[in-house]
Amino acid sequence: MMRELVWLIPLTPLLSSVLLMLGSGRLPRRLIALIGVTSVGIAALLSLALLLDFLGSPEPFKVLLWNWLQVGSFNAQIAFHIDGLTLVMMSIITGVGFLIHLFSSEFMQQDDSYARYFGYLNLFVAAMLVLVLADNLLLLYLGWEGVGVCSYLLVGFWYQDSGNGRAARKAFIVTRIGDTAMALGLLLLFSEFGSLHIATINGLAAQQWQGGGAIPLLACCLLLAGAAGKSAQLPLHTWLPDAMAGPTPVSALIHAATMVTAGVYLIARLHPLFLSVPTAMVIIALIGLSTSLLAAFSALCQQDIKRILAYSTISQIGYMFLALGVGAWSASIFHLMTHAFFKALLFLAAGAIIHCLHHEHNIFKMGGLRSRLPIVFWSFLFGSAALAALPLTSGFFSKDAILLQAYLVPGLGPWLWLAALLGALLTALYSFRLVFVVFFGEAHTQPDKQPGLRMSLPLAILCLLAFFGGWLTIPVSDVFPPQSSQHPALWVEVISITVPLLGLLLAYLLYAGKQINRQQLQQAQWAQSLKGFWRRGWGFDQLYTWLFVRPYHGLAKLLKNEPLDRCYHGIVAIFQNANLALAASQNGRLRSYLAVMVFGLVMLLALSLGAQR
Amino acid sequence: MQGLNIPLNHVLLLASLLFSIGMLGLMIRRNIIFILMSLEVMLNAAALAFIAAGAHWGQADGQIMFMLILTVAAAEVAVGLGLVLQLQRRFKSLDMDKVNRMRG
Repeated sequence: MMRELVWLIPLTPLLSSVLLMLGSGRLPRRLIALIGVTSVGIAALLSLALLLDFLGSPEPFKVLLWNWLQVGSFNAQIAFHIDGLTLVMMSIITGVGFLIHLFSSEFMQQDDSYARYFGYLNLFVAAMLVLVLADNLLLLYLGWEGVGVCSYLLVGFWYQDSGNGRAARKAFIVTRIGDTAMALGLLLLFSEFGSLHIATINGLAAQQWQGGGAIPLLACCLLLAGAAGKSAQLPLHTWLPDAMAGPTPVSALIHAATMVTAGVYLIARLHPLFLSVPTAMVIIALIGLSTSLLAAFSALCQQDIKRILAYSTISQIGYMFLALGVGAWSASIFHLMTHAFFKALLFLAAGAIIHCLHHEHNIFKMGGLRSRLPIVFWSFLFGSAALAALPLTSGFFSKDAILLQAYLVPGLGPWLWLAALLGALLTALYSFRLVFVVFFGEAHTQPDKQPGLRMSLPLAILCLLAFFGGWLTIPVSDVFPPQSSQHPALWVEVISITVPLLGLLLAYLLYAGKQINRQQLQQAQWAQSLKGFWRRGWGFDQLYTWLFVRPYHGLAKLLKNEPLDRCYHGIVAIFQNANLALAASQNGRLRSYLAVMVFGLVMLLALSLGAQR
Repeated sequence: MQGLNIPLNHVLLLASLLFSIGMLGLMIRRNIIFILMSLEVMLNAAALAFIAAGAHWGQADGQIMFMLILTVAAAEVAVGLGLVLQLQRRFKSLDMDKVNRMRG
């Protein structure tokens, strides 16, 4: 019964989005919030029902809605494929999405474009659902581009400020680079396999591409570039910190919980393809690891609360990529889920702080908020504990699984594990730096209001999820190849557990107890410049400005003056001038014509005489 | 062949001299009457060359060409004088340089 109604899940937010956009300016605020929130709520309930139905009889199934394109042997369908992985993603998107919508209804209460906001947000949910439900890569690409557009619209939501527009354009263009690579990858897959159906591609890749080769590697790298662009991984990660220009609930939904994990989903969905190309797997792992370390160092030096969370998102997705690269598929998806919980919680809590604190973003101007915003404090504490992977929180289970799986990789394993441990230490350090700086110490700014019910309720629910989410099991055992049940030595596990605690201790000593003097640490010249370097995100923005933006602007300036047309204009000018000069000789005087004729005649005669000799 | 035996070269020299004089007149003179007269001189120079050449080789072709040139000259004068009349009427002048309306 439930299975025939799958199409309702993406359709409800889509319809509501259309309704809100068309009725923008004519609907009362109460109704806007009601439509916007309820539509996602319905989708969430339907997803939940579908999930329960699926858990009863875990059998993947396909729902064909209609044929989209039929050209020769190529056939693209609007068809949904539902299995455990899809359901996990759907539950995250609609569940967390619903909570964020509820939060937004209060957060954006005073905004003039209330309807436009919910219209975009619902459209995003619909596009994201299409992305994860898609049965073939073409439909997936439709959802993929749809979420990209919504991300652009929502990052630039407050478009009156040109800086926000610039951030939105940056987000769109940088992800577009990845998307273009992905489109090429899809074309390559189609030319190799003659189909874009995901199951077909997976089956054929497992048979024909065993052991890799040039074309499989190229296809994997192109798809990986698409995933890296969307998921803000090296080298296309620069857009995410700037994307924080959007409203905070948008950052929670799009740039933490759902859209940025689309790349992880894509690779997990096509895992047989990537499994057959071992080189690509190593590349994924290394990209994930280096991104997670780079972003963690950057997060440590930021002052803007949202930018800290943005870098931490990049870093956590780096962990997911690492897990994908070492073949820990279900650990990666598990981390995706727990990350969606605790990062949405952190972003919403940050949004609540910003909301109650006169739009203050700088953490060093906050301080002492523990007793003034208790709900937010507890949310932030739970979120940070989960982010830092303190034992028993949700982040602990997922990150621990990734660390241990990385350790078990033959050859490279222990090194990956060590580097990931360093990342875990940094994660604990920067997340508790945030907690100690914002909520402890003396107050610098007084909150002027308290979060209302519609903000507190999502925070409370997400707190529960962030804390207990680790006990959930995700039904993906049928989707992915079985994991080896091997376990590393006990000391490895012990170290993996203690490192985050060490980070917490270090953060306490640095930022709360002040046993270690930070000023002394930062006095040296090199420490200052290193801090600035990390704060600017390792200078990637500058590098790209030098490498791409400036040359592009130069080229654009050059082309603005039409250099090619100038050639043609030059030819035209030559002929025009020649025309003027020759026209002057036609002066109407018979005698001068005659003189010229005689001159020519004499020359001809002289020439012929000369030739005779 | 009786009578004066003038060498061909002399006649041709005279013809080219006449032709050059006519051409020079054509270029120098402004009065259209003189231009027409210079043209006549040139035509006659050409005709003289034909006659001399025909006499030299004992061929009738030279004389036939002379008749043709004569006819052409007559026709030319007829048309030319008609133009002269028109010019005088319209421009009240016979100066060729004043009649330069057809310039580019």
